Amino acid sequence: MKQAILLFLFILNSAILLAQDDVYPAKEYKGLLFIKNGTIHIGNGQVIENGTIQVNNGKIEKVGTDIAIPADDVKVIDAKGKQVYPGLILTSTQLGLKEIGGNAVRGSNDYNELGDYNPNIRSIVAYNADSKIIGTLRANGILLADTYPQGGLLPGSSSVVQLDAWNYEDAAYKMDIAIHFNMPELMNRPRGFFGRPATGDPVKEGLDKIEEVKNFFRQAKAYLQEGLHTETNLKFEAVRGLFERKQKFFVHCDIVRQMLLAIDFAKEFGFDVVLVGASESYRIADLLKKNNISVILGQEHSLPTLADDDVDQPYKTPFMLKQAGVSFALNDEDESTRYRNLAFNAGTAVAYGLTKEEALAAITLNAAKILGIDDRTGSIEAGKDANIVISEGDILDMRTSIITAAFIQGRQVSLENKQTQLYQRYKYKYSLK
Amino acid sequence: MRNLKLTTWIGFFLFPILVHSQITFPVNGVADPREGYFAFTNATIVKDAQTTLKNATLIIYKGKIVSAGTNIIVPKEAVVVNCSGKFIYPSLIDIYSDYGIAIPQRQQGGGGGFFGPQQFLSNTKGAYGWNQAIRSEVNGASLFVSDEAKAKPLRDIGFGSVLTHQKDGIARGTGTFVALAGKKENLVIIKEKASANYSFSKGISTQSYPSSIMGSVALLRQTYLDAQWYKSKPAGEGVNMSLQAWIDNQNLPQIFESGDKWSDIRADRVGDEFGVQYIIKGGGDEYQRINDIAATKAPYILSLNFPQAPEVEDPNDARFVSLEDMKNWELAPTNPAAFEKANIPFCLTAADLKDLKQFWTNLHKAIEYGLSENKAFEALTKTPAMLLGVYDKVGSIDEGKLANFLITNGPLFGEKTTILQNWVQGDEYDVKQDAWINIAGTYNLTLNNAGGTSSGYTLEIKNASEANVIGKDTLKGKLNYDGNLIKLSFPLTATKKTEGGKGGKAEGPVIRLSGVNNGALWQGTGSDTSGNAVSWTATLIKSNETTDSVQKKKPLQLGKIVYPFGAYGSEEIAKQENLLIKNATVWTNEKEGRLENTDVLVKGGKIVQVGKNLADASAKTIDGTGKFLTPGIIDEHSHIAAFSINEGAQSVTSEVRIQDNLNPEDINIYRCLSGGVTSSHILHGSANTIGGQTQLIKLRWGVDDEGLKFKGAAPFIKFALGENVKRTALPMGNSRFPDTRMGVEEVLMDAFTRASDYQKKIKEAEENNKKKGATPTVVRRDLELDALVEIMNKKRFITCHSYVQPEIIYTMRVAEKFGFKVNTFTHILEGYKVADKMKAHGANASTFSDWWAYKLEVQDAIPQNATIMQRVGLNVCINSDDAEMARRLNQEAAKSVKYGGMSEDDAFKMVTLNPAKALHVDDKVGSIKVGKDADLVLWSNNPLSIYAKALYTIVDGTIYFDWEKDKEMRKQIAEERNRLVKKIISEGKSATGGGPARPSMHVLLTCGDHDHKRGLLETESGDETNSGN
Repeated sequence: MKQAILLFLFILNSAILLAQDDVYPAKEYKGLLFIKNGTIHIGNGQVIENGTIQVNNGKIEKVGTDIAIPADDVKVIDAKGKQVYPGLILTSTQLGLKEIGGNAVRGSNDYNELGDYNPNIRSIVAYNADSKIIGTLRANGILLADTYPQGGLLPGSSSVVQLDAWNYEDAAYKMDIAIHFNMPELMNRPRGFFGRPATGDPVKEGLDKIEEVKNFFRQAKAYLQEGLHTETNLKFEAVRGLFERKQKFFVHCDIVRQMLLAIDFAKEFGFDVVLVGASESYRIADLLKKNNISVILGQEHSLPTLADDDVDQPYKTPFMLKQAGVSFALNDEDESTRYRNLAFNAGTAVAYGLTKEEALAAITLNAAKILGIDDRTGSIEAGKDANIVISEGDILDMRTSIITAAFIQGRQVSLENKQTQLYQRYKYKYSLK
Repeated sequence: MRNLKLTTWIGFFLFPILVHSQITFPVNGVADPREGYFAFTNATIVKDAQTTLKNATLIIYKGKIVSAGTNIIVPKEAVVVNCSGKFIYPSLIDIYSDYGIAIPQRQQGGGGGFFGPQQFLSNTKGAYGWNQAIRSEVNGASLFVSDEAKAKPLRDIGFGSVLTHQKDGIARGTGTFVALAGKKENLVIIKEKASANYSFSKGISTQSYPSSIMGSVALLRQTYLDAQWYKSKPAGEGVNMSLQAWIDNQNLPQIFESGDKWSDIRADRVGDEFGVQYIIKGGGDEYQRINDIAATKAPYILSLNFPQAPEVEDPNDARFVSLEDMKNWELAPTNPAAFEKANIPFCLTAADLKDLKQFWTNLHKAIEYGLSENKAFEALTKTPAMLLGVYDKVGSIDEGKLANFLITNGPLFGEKTTILQNWVQGDEYDVKQDAWINIAGTYNLTLNNAGGTSSGYTLEIKNASEANVIGKDTLKGKLNYDGNLIKLSFPLTATKKTEGGKGGKAEGPVIRLSGVNNGALWQGTGSDTSGNAVSWTATLIKSNETTDSVQKKKPLQLGKIVYPFGAYGSEEIAKQENLLIKNATVWTNEKEGRLENTDVLVKGGKIVQVGKNLADASAKTIDGTGKFLTPGIIDEHSHIAAFSINEGAQSVTSEVRIQDNLNPEDINIYRCLSGGVTSSHILHGSANTIGGQTQLIKLRWGVDDEGLKFKGAAPFIKFALGENVKRTALPMGNSRFPDTRMGVEEVLMDAFTRASDYQKKIKEAEENNKKKGATPTVVRRDLELDALVEIMNKKRFITCHSYVQPEIIYTMRVAEKFGFKVNTFTHILEGYKVADKMKAHGANASTFSDWWAYKLEVQDAIPQNATIMQRVGLNVCINSDDAEMARRLNQEAAKSVKYGGMSEDDAFKMVTLNPAKALHVDDKVGSIKVGKDADLVLWSNNPLSIYAKALYTIVDGTIYFDWEKDKEMRKQIAEERNRLVKKIISEGKSATGGGPARPSMHVLLTCGDHDHKRGLLETESGDETNSGN
């Protein structure tokens, strides 16, 4: 069997030199798969040295140190000296909706719809499984992502995709997991340029808009409770899952006033509120804990808000949330590097207080919990999908974070991508080994 | 206190609009010539700050002072004004006014807004210069229109004359010195051309250039040169009235409006270069760097417009107010005092005040905050007059000067003193006539009714609006006194609730009196409670002397000035020390590689010894056990520490210089230090093909802009190629050449062709001018071409923003054609495709570790780029181009270990030794070697690890970041914030003005190349509007 794998890897390698568009999604793997001798980071804080993972038809069956590997024709991956992790989860992203970052090329933008109230917009239908960005994320251990739409107050629903697929239907891991809300800014910025109106009180305008959004949900609630309406309202229909708590309510906000107002939605409508961004969440961590509000932190690699702030504030925010007992996930929103540094955002959190396993959980099991997919993924535990990454060393530190294999639902996915192919191409040009 | 004669002439002067007939003007009616002969007797005359005469007399005639002294015989012809108990001062002078001169309105179109079209030349019609912001031809006197509505509020606060100019543009033409008299313009202009005015702001100019502070500096410098050249009457230029006016204006006092402390220094440097000493209109924050300000040797004009405190009552608002803003609120009133203490000459201005009534409030505040009254007086009289050369006309009470003076009822700076009259050019203007006489006192009030009965009361007058009438009861009366007419009403019985009245406020029947003050006797008529007519008299029994008993103010409790001014600043800037770092793992970047358990000794800012078991009693020891000592990180591509980054208005702007707008107080300097950065190369942005001159700095936190500069470093310039310079992302499209990469290449060809021709012309001219008897040739010195000539002569080096392979190749070919090399390609994300060609050319590469797909031209970027280029043999650097990532450059270097399998030593060199080489400073920095600068970092962990934190960052042997001290400073910041928030809250509305809460925004400067993650308080800078985005 080992030879078979080597042969497989050899074919994969030589294929690289042939053409650029030859990175294929892996075929379904039926039967048993063993990953042995690795240091297994379960994702829940637990670490198993020299352990083995038994996978059957894409699901993890057993994890432990005393698993016997049959001599049959089963796939065995030797992870000796390597670190084994659950597949990393990118919690909030425009992956597959925006091929060119920033706003540089309008034609590549499919993430920002017109209008304020679009809860019925679904990111999944525009998700481009052929995006060249996706392969670079797989190569860094990111195997799942929640892609969300932007624009307006209620921009729509996000869906979790797995990052090795032919099309969006194959990619869909769990659809429409959350309805998103872009909370108005509530800050008195200088006005009158860059399209902002020159007059008016932005805080008051923001509060009015929030009240409007609440009215929307009040009416939606009424609509969903009565069966008499003769005309169907797609926008109201789209938020049904929120009231049934089958969907989460992702509120994009940063400052304390906004976060306190977000809690209102949990109180009034019973929504399962998750704060996204929440750069100031450390200031009300105790209240978030008390109200059972989860947080998806925005870009950790960012500057402090004020010159007066601790120079390492964004770096230590995860630790501060941890100390308060808040459930949180980390994210990578970087538009210049295109989301590939998720593990290193977590690594920075370790440098500033978290343990490595806590930081790992923030991009695996906790992320899965917040997205509502922890029944299927997020940790290396029996019954879950075999979404697994193997790294040469500590995945959180770029010095050692070299991914050697990755599995999505038990399928060993290609770590090649456009960039590795260009690398090969020019190594060839310069006759570099 | 009584002036019995007062009312005899007071009515006369209530109509001060005398017929000021001008000799050449015909009279419609009967001529009414008046001499304006007055004698002001028994006054305390303050002639100037040194001379006060008691019981003195002032004689004025025909608008001028005839004499002022103590033994003066009052001429019979003079109207006598008894000023017993009064003070006479020279009227105040404001030399930073736009009184009577309107600011023109911005025209539609042009570079006015981000979405406006680009405008390359001036749209001023006529034989003027090329740049719309150079308005030296503007003549303030010809724009000036007397404006009584504006003059009165200025007179009311004591001003008698002002220098007024049109506050628009970089060169603003001439100012005119005028009296604030309500006369025809012809008569109030005291000096027609009294100043030439300048600023860094292009004002309402719609022309795209300049779009940055450094562009304004370059435009000023070039105009000085052009004016010099224009004197030679160059044929090709024709008539240029702007340049001619510029030349003509040079002999006037030169006034420069700056805006802040660094701009003051910037303006002064421009002046120094061209032998001009500006009078600088400051920004109000000079106290924060008063020694630097003193070094300019300039006189200053200071506004009394002190900032209001931010709204901090709500902690969620206070959260977003910076320490800097709060400190500035607290300390800005010390600004005039700081000038006085530093012996810097200055005047005060009422300019910038939103409400002129604030003038005296704020002046008293400045005095409370340490300004002496004498200095304040001079700053409003003699100093401005001297600066304008008009002290022979105004500024003191002396014979022959204009009769511009104030009559007050007490010492000018007394908090209770009132200006009663302001005489301008010999005409009286009432300010507060009712205060001339102190009517407070006790009077006998007698009412006589028609029946002949009279009743007596005692009248107690407190001030012009309050009085008690005492008969059986003490009755509260309402008084209205305007200096002449009196209205008084009072009830017959003490106020009580009227029947049926709900609020009890309704008044009972009142006695209403109306009359005239004829000195100590008041008399008039009125009606009693029943409405019957009465007559009345009031005679003074005893007057109440007002005493100017200023309450003893609580001593001021003020925060300290720190460097830089704001968070993480210190009262003392860090000092160089002798340091001994013991027992560290030393990454030398030299052939020795990594040395375990090694000591490094630093003295005089240099590395003096590297070895084991070193000792030096003079050195402070830092234990490096288990830690890693490396050379400091050098960021080849940064945009921190500057006030503007892009001068994007033209495709070639080699004349602009980052050094002209360094911001040494940018918090990102400190943040970079916390990430182990010791030097940053501050580049112009990428808005145009040939950008501006760059500045290599060392991160010496707390010093001034000059102190930031990396001394002895080779000069560089930024070039850029591709999407940004062809302005691909501009929403309104592009009309600036070039619009394609083909055009970019031609911009380069054209620029260097022009530079070659220019160089030739200069040489030819030099040779010609050496010949005896030859007509001298004057070549116009061109700052833009000067920089290009330096490049061709290998005196200046290029760092070139570049992405795709064709542009990289053609730029090298253009350079080769003109005999120089492209020193560094920065960004260079497709460098891996042409690394062999770059190697052959001899270029360095400075790239990102893993950026890509943020625009079309970076779709082929790969994280193995650095590795391939390095393996092909290039000197490769990893840069940040981002204030946040700059703090993690060590980690960025480590990504080449991950993606390309580079060795750790080689990877770390990409952010230390390699950039030192690329920047030609590897003889000074980049490795740990005896003799090099002690720019060092002590890390907690392997410096390539994400877990490594900088514990100490040392520049020139000075510890600028110390993690323990950092912890302490955090505490101090919190305490200082807390103190100021409490103070603002306790002062309430008087501090904040009651406006809405405003967060302290921070302008984020970027090269305009890619989407930076914006913080909550970050805002775009205005000068980015022409950038490539």
